[in-house]
Amino acid sequence: MKIPAELLYSKDHEWVKVEDGRAVVGITDFAQDQLGDVVFVEVPEAGAELGVGDGLTTIESVKAVSDVYSPLGGKIAQVNEELGDAPQLINEDPYGKGWIAVLEIADAAELKGLLTAEEYKKFLSEEA
Amino acid sequence: MQGKKTPLFASHQKYGGKIVEFGGWLLPVQYSGIIEEHAAVRTKAGLFDVSHMGEIWVEGRDALAFLQNLVTNDLAGMKNGQIRYSPMCYEDGGTVDDLLIYRYGETCYLVVVNAANIDKDREWMIKNMAGFEAVLTDKSDETAQLALQGPLSTAILSKLTGEAVADIAFYHFIDDVAVAGKKTMVSRTGYTGEDGYEIYCAPEDVTHLWESIMEAGREEGLLPAGLGCRDTLRFESCLPLYGHELSAGISPLAAGLGRFVKLDKASFIGREALVRQKEAGLPLKVMGVEVTGRGIARAGYPIKADGRVIGTVTTGSPAPTLGKNMALALVDAAYAEIGREIAVEVRGKEIAAVIVAKPFYKRS
Repeated sequence: MKIPAELLYSKDHEWVKVEDGRAVVGITDFAQDQLGDVVFVEVPEAGAELGVGDGLTTIESVKAVSDVYSPLGGKIAQVNEELGDAPQLINEDPYGKGWIAVLEIADAAELKGLLTAEEYKKFLSEEA
Repeated sequence: MQGKKTPLFASHQKYGGKIVEFGGWLLPVQYSGIIEEHAAVRTKAGLFDVSHMGEIWVEGRDALAFLQNLVTNDLAGMKNGQIRYSPMCYEDGGTVDDLLIYRYGETCYLVVVNAANIDKDREWMIKNMAGFEAVLTDKSDETAQLALQGPLSTAILSKLTGEAVADIAFYHFIDDVAVAGKKTMVSRTGYTGEDGYEIYCAPEDVTHLWESIMEAGREEGLLPAGLGCRDTLRFESCLPLYGHELSAGISPLAAGLGRFVKLDKASFIGREALVRQKEAGLPLKVMGVEVTGRGIARAGYPIKADGRVIGTVTTGSPAPTLGKNMALALVDAAYAEIGREIAVEVRGKEIAAVIVAKPFYKRS
């Protein structure tokens, strides 16, 4: 299970990559593995304002429908349109081409509520 | 996670199965992936652990009369070694379960029931035994079962037995077949819409059989297959799943299984209610649906037309062989016509869909 050291994580199995006041968001390798073959991603709407824990998108595998909650508050600056036609990118490259959205971080203090790679790894081992 | 384990539980873990709870059992939903396993069964072969299924034996002078009263299909005229599918109904025509009935002899039948319904079915059967000279034995815990499904199943199974399994006709079985040195019963049945076999054996033999079949099927591309693709495979073939297309509230007539309901046979439980349903016309019918808009219908989602709810999705998912999103839905009979445009409500949004013919997939 890949858990890149440079990213931050939520307990809902999202990852966050902070770049110049913006946050790239996706789901973790663990999350995509749990879902199985992803067959549908509802691409979020750019411009929408989200609070922490608001629904960011819905990801569907063959058998399951899963909501992805925003790990941070902010405005959606960019969305990964490619997921509309290629939802499997979430499985194939969860930390790369499978990114979901870029948020303009509203309150940098919220980053403190996220887990480091070490903490997320520990969280996973406790959950299992 | 809590649930009963089949004798193959350790093998599922060894083969990388992702374990989920299903109908009280801990079983693999997938190994390598639902889509890959689905494709293997359609084009090569897949091996399923279906040991959770229930096996109830009915023996005695009145075994046939007892079963004839119990189920909607007509079992008269069955020969030894033959199998018949049948719904089993309540007095009001609602469905207790759907079954496979194996005829071993004039006074001996094996009834194979859905895992989640074993206790309910056995109790229902016992409740309706009065006046019949028959003995019922639930051997579910002493019976393991594998399903080898897919076009290469015969080639694979033939490597492990001297019996001419290729000659077993569809919905027939042979008993006392040595497969990989173990005593089994082999039937030409399945729940995938493909050719294949179901292999019944003792729990202590099933791991050896599983390993032997996996080994024998290596060059054919046999994959271990989980519950996930079992569901997508049966769904494409529009085989009903109890609790979805059939239930206490959905009669076999509403489910479109009229060919397994022989209203002209002598009295059976539910007959009067089913006759009335047929005469009055069914208010709701299980229909096939293709989702033409962007979205996936799921069980429980509303079906809409003319601005109102006209039905509910009973099963919905991608159909991997078709590359389309399909659904089975219980809809108002007034809308139950092929070609009718409807909508599926997906998370508050109406997604375009159309009623289509069943099954979605038929093997050539």
